[in-house]
Amino acid sequence: METVIQHPLFAPLVITAVIIAVFPLLAGYIVLVERKVLADIQVRLGPMRVGPHGILQPIADAVKLLQKEDIIPTEADRALFWLAPVIPAVTALTAFAVLPFSGHVVVTDVNVGLLLIAAMSAVGILGIIIGGWSSNSHYPLLGALRSSAQLVSYEVALSLGLIAGVMSAGSLSMLKIVEAQRERGVWFVFDNYGLMIIPFMVFLIAAIAETNRLPFDLPEAESELVAGFMTEYSGFRWALFFLAEYASIFVIAGAGVTLFWGGWLRPFPSWGWLDIPLNYVFPVALFGVSGLLTLRLAQRLKKYSSARAAFLALVGVGVALVGLVFLIPPVNAAIIGVFWFLTKVGAFIYFMIWIRGTFPRFRYDQLMNIGWKVLIPVAMGGLLLNAIVGMALA
Amino acid sequence: MVDTLSFYIFALMALGGGVMTITRRNAVHSALWLIVSLLGAAGLFLLRGAEFLFAAQIVLYIGGVVLLILYVVMLVNLDETARARQFNKQWWIALACVAVVGAEIAFVMKRGLGALALPGVAAVAPTGEGNTERVADVLFSEYMLPFEIASLLLLVAVVGAVVMAKKRV
Repeated sequence: METVIQHPLFAPLVITAVIIAVFPLLAGYIVLVERKVLADIQVRLGPMRVGPHGILQPIADAVKLLQKEDIIPTEADRALFWLAPVIPAVTALTAFAVLPFSGHVVVTDVNVGLLLIAAMSAVGILGIIIGGWSSNSHYPLLGALRSSAQLVSYEVALSLGLIAGVMSAGSLSMLKIVEAQRERGVWFVFDNYGLMIIPFMVFLIAAIAETNRLPFDLPEAESELVAGFMTEYSGFRWALFFLAEYASIFVIAGAGVTLFWGGWLRPFPSWGWLDIPLNYVFPVALFGVSGLLTLRLAQRLKKYSSARAAFLALVGVGVALVGLVFLIPPVNAAIIGVFWFLTKVGAFIYFMIWIRGTFPRFRYDQLMNIGWKVLIPVAMGGLLLNAIVGMALA
Repeated sequence: MVDTLSFYIFALMALGGGVMTITRRNAVHSALWLIVSLLGAAGLFLLRGAEFLFAAQIVLYIGGVVLLILYVVMLVNLDETARARQFNKQWWIALACVAVVGAEIAFVMKRGLGALALPGVAAVAPTGEGNTERVADVLFSEYMLPFEIASLLLLVAVVGAVVMAKKRV
């Protein structure tokens, strides 16, 4: 047993297994959060039926998708139609391998980590294109064409945004990028007298475009293309596309957090006296308040259904108890990095949902104009400016 | 052991993918097999410790070049092209050429077999400095001029493409 635990492949394999096992559920709950937040923005309630306040909705959705008939169009290219959803799912989950959840919780630290993420997102596009083409139908083909043009255009801006961060860190390894931010005592987004905000904004916009989200969701624009490249897909294959989409959202958010928001470091990493308030009080308060608010919801639900209220109360107590775990010092030391990383990724994803809820979709020519005529020149200018200021500072 | 196995897998991908690329009738299938071939080559780069080349191969060739090939191919009426007769019937001549070149290579290799001793384990670069850093160093010191000329050439190509695409300049 001891030799098994000591084996260099033990920790990576365990983390990989956990990621693959947990992420589909997590993706389901990101979808639920997205639906709830969008509903809130549009003054609706969102899913309410399955479980109290819809908290079991993702599980019901998953079961529904697994049971659905797997339809393959007669004229489709069968082999490619089968293969297409697998590609983005595999590539997006592969990119998780280099995401540093904390200093220790990382599958592998390769010294081209960031390039690997870029490479995997490049290969993932193939799934969309193959899916669109192999369906042998008009809307999917149009979606695939749009997506290949869009993703190739915005990949340039995305890379230029990333390069600015790499320039500040002097490394492509995800761990070293975070360590560089610890040494500088500042998140890269605020570095160079705040000039790094330019590459960060470029990265943010390009990241939203790369993950096909509103206002850049032209590949699957519902009102024009039915569902774009996934029009002909149903059941589990469709679910795989969605899993891949949310996995790539998580990965791109993780890359942004690592590069610009200090990864697993807490805010103000160089101020020692903030250790207690930020590493102990903040998580306990966050989980505690969430738990209490959930209990209040359960209280109000009692009028309608006591079983649902009891279930929700149980969830609230559970959430509050998670907060208490952070009070045990050794446990805190082990999980606080993961806590900060996931909190920041959560904030990033929330921001992306917020954008989706508040902006209309761009027209195709606007999309190309923004990509080539605005984003890329701005990114290059920002890069040059940061190079000069960074050299002057060093 | 793992290295040897991965080498054969990647080599098979590169070669098999190449063969499939030139034998498929369907152009989209060809492009996809080309991707398999390029992925195999990328894997071989990775095995030799050239991580930067691995990533660049995938980002540029698969993410850029093949994607654009696919973009064009998808717009072509594939059924028409697949049914069309191939342009030339000269595969006998091609076969003869291949046989001659093959014989030539075999002859040269047989003559120089003594000098062909491959080093058992090629010198692996000392760790510490990564492959990416070394590529950058060499590119911006030793090969500065060729590098800049290449980028100028690409710029000219970009400007030319824009000029040609525009109806009125």
